[in-house]
Amino acid sequence: MRLGLVIDIDTCVGCHACATACKQWNTSGTTGPLTDYRPYGENPSGVWFNRIRHYEIGDYPNNKTINFPMSCMHCEDADCVTVCPTGASYKRAEDGVVLVDQTKCMGCNYCSWACPYGARELDRESGTMKKCTLCIDRIYDEELEEIDRQPACVITCPAHARYFGDFDDPNSEVSKLVRERAGMQLMPELGYNPTNRYLPPRLTTPIPTDDVRKTDLISSVKQWVNKAIAR
Amino acid sequence: MSALPEFENHKKQEIHYSTCYMCACRCGIKVTVEDNKVRFIQGNRNHPINKGVLCAKGNSGIMKQQSPAKLPGPMRRKPGTERGAGEFEPISWDEALDTLTKRLEHIRATDPKKLAFFTGRDQMQALTGMWATQFGTINWAAHGGFCSVNMAAGGLYTMGHAFWEFGDPDWDRTKYFMMWGVAEDHASNPIKIGLEKLKRRGAKFVGVNPVRTGYQAIADEWVGVRPGTDAMLALSFVHVLLKNDQFDWEFLIRYTNSPWLVVNTPGQKGDGLFYRDENGKPMAWDMDKDAAVDATQPEIKPALFGEYTAPDGTPVKTAMTIMAEKYLDEQYSPENASKVTGVPAETIERLALEMAHVAFKETITVDVEWTDVHGRKHDKFVGRPVSMHAMRGISAHSNGFQACRAIHMVQILLGSVDVPGGHLAKPPYPKHIPPAIKPAKEMSPNTPLKSPPLGFPKAPEDLVIDADGNPLRIDKAYSWDAPMANHGLMHMVITNAVKGDPYPIDTLIFFMANMSWNSTMNTKEIQDMLRAKDESGEYKIPFLVVADAFHSEMVNFADLVIPDTTYLERYDTISMLDRPISEPDTAADSIRQPILKPEGDVRPWQEVLVELASRLKFPAFTREDGSRKFADYKDFIVNFEKEPGIGFLSGWRLDENGNEVHLRGKPNPKQWERYQENQAFFAYHLPENTRYYRFANKDYLELAKHAGWVGSTDPIIMELYSETLQKFRLAGMGLYDGPMPTQEHHKQRLRDYFTPLPEQYKPLEQSRINEDEYPFHAVNQRPMFMYHSWDSQNVWLRQIMSQNFLYMNRQQAAEMGIADKSWVWVESHNGKIRVQVKLMEGVEPNTVWTWNAIGKQSGAWGLKKGANESTKGFLMNHLISELLPKKGDANDNVTNSDPVTGQAAWYDLRVKITPAAPGEEGSWPTFDTIKPLPGMKESPDVLRYHAHEPVRLVRDMKDVLTRGEKWRKD
Repeated sequence: MRLGLVIDIDTCVGCHACATACKQWNTSGTTGPLTDYRPYGENPSGVWFNRIRHYEIGDYPNNKTINFPMSCMHCEDADCVTVCPTGASYKRAEDGVVLVDQTKCMGCNYCSWACPYGARELDRESGTMKKCTLCIDRIYDEELEEIDRQPACVITCPAHARYFGDFDDPNSEVSKLVRERAGMQLMPELGYNPTNRYLPPRLTTPIPTDDVRKTDLISSVKQWVNKAIAR
Repeated sequence: MSALPEFENHKKQEIHYSTCYMCACRCGIKVTVEDNKVRFIQGNRNHPINKGVLCAKGNSGIMKQQSPAKLPGPMRRKPGTERGAGEFEPISWDEALDTLTKRLEHIRATDPKKLAFFTGRDQMQALTGMWATQFGTINWAAHGGFCSVNMAAGGLYTMGHAFWEFGDPDWDRTKYFMMWGVAEDHASNPIKIGLEKLKRRGAKFVGVNPVRTGYQAIADEWVGVRPGTDAMLALSFVHVLLKNDQFDWEFLIRYTNSPWLVVNTPGQKGDGLFYRDENGKPMAWDMDKDAAVDATQPEIKPALFGEYTAPDGTPVKTAMTIMAEKYLDEQYSPENASKVTGVPAETIERLALEMAHVAFKETITVDVEWTDVHGRKHDKFVGRPVSMHAMRGISAHSNGFQACRAIHMVQILLGSVDVPGGHLAKPPYPKHIPPAIKPAKEMSPNTPLKSPPLGFPKAPEDLVIDADGNPLRIDKAYSWDAPMANHGLMHMVITNAVKGDPYPIDTLIFFMANMSWNSTMNTKEIQDMLRAKDESGEYKIPFLVVADAFHSEMVNFADLVIPDTTYLERYDTISMLDRPISEPDTAADSIRQPILKPEGDVRPWQEVLVELASRLKFPAFTREDGSRKFADYKDFIVNFEKEPGIGFLSGWRLDENGNEVHLRGKPNPKQWERYQENQAFFAYHLPENTRYYRFANKDYLELAKHAGWVGSTDPIIMELYSETLQKFRLAGMGLYDGPMPTQEHHKQRLRDYFTPLPEQYKPLEQSRINEDEYPFHAVNQRPMFMYHSWDSQNVWLRQIMSQNFLYMNRQQAAEMGIADKSWVWVESHNGKIRVQVKLMEGVEPNTVWTWNAIGKQSGAWGLKKGANESTKGFLMNHLISELLPKKGDANDNVTNSDPVTGQAAWYDLRVKITPAAPGEEGSWPTFDTIKPLPGMKESPDVLRYHAHEPVRLVRDMKDVLTRGEKWRKD
């Protein structure tokens, strides 16, 4: 199994629901709590597993706004795991989920330097690195209804822009979406072979107008001939 | 697979269903609780609104519950201290309620209008409005007057429903969707769910907005319209549709007033009103009979176009003729509209024709048999799959009512209202035009009003004015200043009360409204007004009561603080009598229920209102023997009937035999339990033959009458041409048989803005300032993760944004030498502010904008001194006056609002921008730090929220030693 996420850039409206759902679940999750620093003070910050970036491309008036959620890509060749001196960082053989064993992590930050996606965050209170667990504490919990055995970010997404599944299964929804919509890896050239994929914006087809455009335009009310339509 | 530990102790957890209140969307939530702590809040998959999803706010409910700004208990301003100084002392509930009861008893027994009761972002207007009616004061409204009354009024006076809570696009069928002036909206999750459906089907999404934020990000086409010119854009669409003969003849003839005959006697009494028969029926010209006939009869063949002479010699024209003559004019051509709107002419023409193509060449049908109001069977619903949604960007202009009507005109011409693929009403809508409630005007001591304080005027006779034409309401709603102010003018209450114009009041109650900060115009001066005293040293507003759950800037000005609970701590109803949670094919309402025990000595405001109503012996709350009728809010909700069989909740009522029935029935003592058993909501799925054409659908209208949603089964005839507006206009021209204004500026406003067909007119602020001196439009929006998220200053959400910037077009700023992140002065006719700039591409060059309500007063909301919200964040409100810009004329004292509806004209603002001097940094103006309240928790420096101790997942030592070779391929 190779578990991961597909994120649809065509429908992501940048609402941050996935980010706060993640925060909410995981602050009481297996690597929680996720500390908030200066929660009511200047420059508040905290530990998040999922952050949404907003970009503009093109110059006015040909500009477009892109909302771009980023979390751990659960890379096939995860350097964050390779560089870990304590063995706290690991990639699960069963499902490819990259995790940090909170009992072994010493907070050295090597993994965060190795990760090009900014997916790892140091919790300064616990002194450990934390990151997306793909909600490992939800996805195998048989006490939950089957539909709820998905990451919190996926079940909450109002724009249906997030999908969870097994990329090793060619018939999974995520595999199909990647095939059908040319799902992309982020920065594949770096060679980490990230599992998560992004679906690019769909192309739109022009709407014809010739069939509703009149050659001799109406210029006066008198040109209309009443139609006999019963009320 | 290696065994995983048991991460969650489900046995310790309880699951409760309720309704979210992090904004006004009212999503269903499933809350998992452990030891009176929230483990997780998720969307309820069965809920009609959100279908399982939840937004950023809903997911942050835990942090609302954690807020240190929660009010600890009842308080009063410390005797001897000044109002606004922030010195409070705790009092008991008995003292708080006794104080209030005594004061209100006296007012009610002497002069009930001396109580003004205005509510903010609450969703209990059915209760608060009824409370005010029973008290006997007309001085009640919620916040609609400064929110979006233009959308409600524009829709209700045109098509019997509206955007937002009264209607939705047919997300499952629409092929073309145009969104006007919306970054985010009340229907936050439904819109997101809907947009994804559109995208999946390949429907086109066009975003009309000066700023490319929010939903515009995923629009297939962005139309960067200039603020305040949307009516022109819509009317130019009308022009193109007419020029190309692209409109739905049958729809117009059958369901609108466009074939009705209009009296054509310019300059005479009665001009522009419908020509009516002796029974008052409007008339149409029947083509078979070649004569005027009752226009409401079926099977007539009305001429859509034509000028005729009625038998009595009156010259008449069809309404459609007047409309076509008007909008065929070159004034509305794409070329001319382009000059006003900034949208290229070819874009305007193309968009109009694209909509015509989708409406008429891609028509859809739903093959369900239905019966129209005249008893005729139809084998299908014909659908024009073009839909629209509009909101604050249209409504918050002084020409927003007419702009909204112009948008509805496009929809109606396309035949796309309440048809498959079009814009659909949500029960209890549609209603007859306008809804048959007239605003109350008469008051007497210890007597309920005869009708609710708010209603829908149909003519000048319905205004709430005295014999001399002066306003009777404190906010001057339904006066000549704002004749169709259906939601009141909450933004005028403080100013008017302090001026004693039209009269002074005694007690002002605000519930859940931040009227000394982000919800008022002219914030700094309004704060001064709240402190203002008369010659005798008495406060001009003698007694100020604030009910809220959190320590807001408004609480700081209270004389008496009534502490409310959070949404997870109380019973509540989202009622069919108010703005329910219905979807187009589902009539639905819902409840909230207590999930957590409150920490403080707080009570739900609903309970307080029921308690006060009982103490004050309101007739509806008192038995004949004088004893109290309802034990508490729950008891009231179950047993109160507005009319026989109709109460606050429509599910699980009782028939004559005691069986449970829905929509109408006797009170059921088990009703709350039924809602609790059914995940806190009730949903009635409309039969398939009642889901479209409801304005003329026999079975639907009969159902709606049974359920109390409409008063009659007569068809709802859409008003492209508004006779109501024309009556007011005639009053302004001195040609009306009834009340007419005496002052010239009132006459001018009626003549110019109450046109029976929508017009583009210049927003009022722009017409009273030097536009060259203030070259920029300045507007604001709310980010998705804070839209209507009005309280608690949420820890997680403020990490996403704790400072707002002034956003400018990059090329425009470069020409002015303004750099990214630099500080500038922004000045309007009303004042100036210092703010930090951010440059972007997605804003049309004549517009600057910011995120609203990010700026906070230092010390409020549990924020620490130095919080970004108060040092760098800012409010644009300082620049906006609640009165029109001064010009030395009678309009100087008139509200800065839409002249038709009184909707606050927030987005009419014009500004100039100049770079700040080196060293001038930080937002300005600054305010004193608000003192903490006695008993408030200290705001923590570090927060580590968790519902339980984490169950760690430990990596197997063997896996460590083999360096995880199991997964390594190399």
